[in-house]
Amino acid sequence: MDFKKTKGLTDAPLHYCPGCTHGIIHRLVAESLEELGVLDRTVGVASVGCSVFTYNYFNCDMVQAAHGRAPAVATGIKRARPDDIVFTYQGDGDLAAIGTAETVHSAARNENITIIFVNNAIYGMTGGQMAPTTLPNQITQTSPYGRDVTVVGYPVKVCEMLSQVDGASYVERVAVNNVKNIMKAKKAIKKAFQNQIEGKGFSLIEVLSTCPTNWGKSPADAIKWLDDNMATYYPLGVYKDKEATKND
Amino acid sequence: MAKVTFNEDRCKGCGLCVTACPKKLVQLSNRMNSKGYHPAEITNQEACIGCASCAIMCPDTVITVQMK
Repeated sequence: MDFKKTKGLTDAPLHYCPGCTHGIIHRLVAESLEELGVLDRTVGVASVGCSVFTYNYFNCDMVQAAHGRAPAVATGIKRARPDDIVFTYQGDGDLAAIGTAETVHSAARNENITIIFVNNAIYGMTGGQMAPTTLPNQITQTSPYGRDVTVVGYPVKVCEMLSQVDGASYVERVAVNNVKNIMKAKKAIKKAFQNQIEGKGFSLIEVLSTCPTNWGKSPADAIKWLDDNMATYYPLGVYKDKEATKND
Repeated sequence: MAKVTFNEDRCKGCGLCVTACPKKLVQLSNRMNSKGYHPAEITNQEACIGCASCAIMCPDTVITVQMK
């Protein structure tokens, strides 16, 4: 098959660490936007964290939101400019921690936006502290003996949580740990944007991602760790699809 | 036949393409690129089946695959 870089990405070199799967997810989003022909009317909302610089990489209009507030900013943009395609690109430290309220309520309101949620189970940019999504017993800078759930509680499972929110239209968890899963992730992301074009409402795609630097692993070992640990704690699959349920 | 090209100066030598290639044709070279990484390269262009697995796995869109 032919493969070349999508027009949805700019020529700026990505600042991410070697082997960080953010780059794959960027490409999937950019390819989806290009294939759907909406690049010239898309507004992305960047989050705080490693993905803060997405405004340099996506070849569409971008806004930078305060920490966790991307779904609120996206709500405003979408309501003011309903013909625009509006998406947020957020990490777990952004969406599942300080931005939980904005996420849950934009789902509850069934805002017609698309959220790309990158879950790598750690705070990447600030140096590898424990995140709400850090697995039980996972070692991080702030949990050197492993996450002790009796003291700091359990990880937040965003897809499971949002599947219980009546407003949410489409919620799916995917991973980018191998070629097959990347193809599936692409399909899910494209569907999430297609939903918005068709006015179907709130779509969130959670993407399990690696953080080789802060996990203290080589890129290949990080992929294996994702397979062995993250994918079992955060099972992949469609958690909610209003359209599919309607047809049943 | 497929032609695989690497935009070497963009490569960070993470090696995910090396693990993705079903024919084990990709390796990290001994030379260094402008960033100081060992860029990935293809060992046997003729044996490439053009599946683009390497390109799909690459986080930095270094790889272009062209079918001839």
